[in-house]
Amino acid sequence: MIKWGRVLLFLVVVAMLATLMTTTTTQVAGKITLGLDLQGGFEILYVVEPLEPNQKVDIELLKATARMVEKRINIGGVAEPVIETELPNRLRVKIASNEADQDKLRDLIGKPAVLTFRDEGGKTILKGSDLAPGGAAVGYDELRRPVVTLKISDPKKLENVTRENLGKHMAIYLDETMMTNPVIQNIITGGNAQISGDYTQESAQELADLLNSGAMPAKLIEKQVTSVGASLGKLALQKTINAGYVGAALIFIFMLLVYRLPGLIANIMLATFTYLSIVVLHWMDATLTLPGIAGFILSVGMAVDANIITYERIQEEIRTGKTILSAFRAGERRSLITILDGHITTLIATGVLFYFGTSSIQGFAIVLAMTIVVSLLTNVLGSRLLLGLLVRANLIKKPFWFGVKESEIGEL
Amino acid sequence: MSSKKQQHEDVIKFDIVKNRRKFYTFSLTILIVGLICTLIMGLNLGVDFKAGTRLDIYIGKEFQVADIDQIIKETIPNTVFTPTTTYGENQAQTRFDHTIPADQLTALETALKAKYGDQVSKQEATVDPSIAKELVKKAAIAVAVAGIGIVIYIAFRFQFLFGIACIIGLIHDVFIPIALFSVFRLEVDLTFIAAILTIVGYSINDTIVIFDRIRENLRTMKSKTVEDLEHLVNVSLWQTMRRSVFTVGTVFLTAVAIAVLGSEGIRTFSLALIFGLVSGTYSSIFVSAQIWVTLKKREMAKKRLSPAPTEG
Repeated sequence: MIKWGRVLLFLVVVAMLATLMTTTTTQVAGKITLGLDLQGGFEILYVVEPLEPNQKVDIELLKATARMVEKRINIGGVAEPVIETELPNRLRVKIASNEADQDKLRDLIGKPAVLTFRDEGGKTILKGSDLAPGGAAVGYDELRRPVVTLKISDPKKLENVTRENLGKHMAIYLDETMMTNPVIQNIITGGNAQISGDYTQESAQELADLLNSGAMPAKLIEKQVTSVGASLGKLALQKTINAGYVGAALIFIFMLLVYRLPGLIANIMLATFTYLSIVVLHWMDATLTLPGIAGFILSVGMAVDANIITYERIQEEIRTGKTILSAFRAGERRSLITILDGHITTLIATGVLFYFGTSSIQGFAIVLAMTIVVSLLTNVLGSRLLLGLLVRANLIKKPFWFGVKESEIGEL
Repeated sequence: MSSKKQQHEDVIKFDIVKNRRKFYTFSLTILIVGLICTLIMGLNLGVDFKAGTRLDIYIGKEFQVADIDQIIKETIPNTVFTPTTTYGENQAQTRFDHTIPADQLTALETALKAKYGDQVSKQEATVDPSIAKELVKKAAIAVAVAGIGIVIYIAFRFQFLFGIACIIGLIHDVFIPIALFSVFRLEVDLTFIAAILTIVGYSINDTIVIFDRIRENLRTMKSKTVEDLEHLVNVSLWQTMRRSVFTVGTVFLTAVAIAVLGSEGIRTFSLALIFGLVSGTYSSIFVSAQIWVTLKKREMAKKRLSPAPTEG
């Protein structure tokens, strides 16, 4: 007797899964953070070196440098840069953005930006630290050309300096680059100076921001750079996703041909697996990179294996002459240990990868580990529940539905 | 018993265990040839491990590699670079032996944009020598630690002999893609390491399914003599054969799809994976399981020779 209640439950579950996936997949997938290799951006590993020989590079200096780098990136108008300090002396800066002007940002980050005012003898008479907090701004000269105005925190000091050097040149340097070299025509009493030059509104603003953010406390030397143009990133994403579709389609057809009804259930759970993985990726706020996608596509292979091991086992049991129900029970039980052993060893490998790997490899490891766990839920637990509903409903009695020919069944 | 034995005989389509020396010879030959090739030619290390700058350029229309080379020579003088190659749809790639500063690369991009238009886009990977050395060291440690961790797990879940057989298969599977990459001069980069570790996972997974079956059959089938043992392993191998072939088949299909249709950034990854998958399945059946038979046989012989333990 067919138990229609179970069949109905099966249909309801499948319909719910289908509805959930078709209505929300695009939405969730769109929210996934893409790595710089998929949307363009860059990652730079800097070695932090002291500005002066007696300065020590410690965690405090690293952190201060990181804060400064962040300020500078904000000047460039880029949201959410990732800046990691790595002991003893490294700074890793990641910016995934398809809009940022990479070259300009790189230039901006590395600039020490030490502001000095020097007399004709080259002696420093005023320093960047004399600048009032937020003291640099954009102003305009009499010809409406943009200039950078500076407010010195101690007007007395500026007054003294201008008095001593009246009628002489006072050069303004940013690091070792002379910005302007005006002649002091009168004693400045209000504490306001200005840098004029060939500025546009934009470049004046940038210089003002740079001066306000202050000097970089240490030297930054680029040691490793990965940078991807936006259009190349997009191309890589599209191609890899297409490859994934083709791979998945081939697996779907294969499972249907070889395992029939269980194959169909495996396919439903594989789709669920893919969907859930995307949802979890979104929850984890993980960044999806190219190797991550590759790891993901491969985990589909792993998930398929869990189904294949189970179904092969069920087929074997059917061939020995058992009923569908008892073959299903025995196959399920006996395949579980094997699947668990396989999944755990792979988890060990991903753990090691994460611990020893660098940035992109770590991304790969996280995605792989997550998918293994999701795979256990969907392709071990989920597949079993769904198949169990149909088997226990007495709906399928013919071995044909499990891909077994009658002639293969041995007599006991 | 007899019908069951008959049924087991039916499963075996070819005596793998009896022919194990042939498989040992086959694997050893490949390993030795591969080792010689790797020692003589070395590996084609990418910038991740050798330091330098790798540059990928999306041109977006048809171009001559000679023109690109010319522009590189003009904008970045006095440098050594591998001649530009083209790949994918209108993309070019080259590699510099030294790290190239950002402003020179920007100048190059500007020059290329002037010639081919604004759709030109570049992708850069620059690694300093000191970092490159560190990456090599980390990668080697990762592979070694993963191997040890997995073997400990297997020795714990199964038996020590299974662990040994497994590690030999593992070394086999790690080495085959390395040798093939050396022979075909394919570039070894960071994703290659990721691929090797994935292979480790798959290869062990394959071996475990087979060992699980051997262990299960050890409980139900008698295995007092060496012949019993060989029969048992043969049966176990053939019982899991369909699964082994189907699993590697499906993963193989996806790996090929990624290699053919996927982005260039993971091409070496998928190639390494394809080599490793084939080698991993082969070694699980024809190497690891056979080595276990050889080891087990030796253990049985030793037990028989040693005097029976005296009681009391």
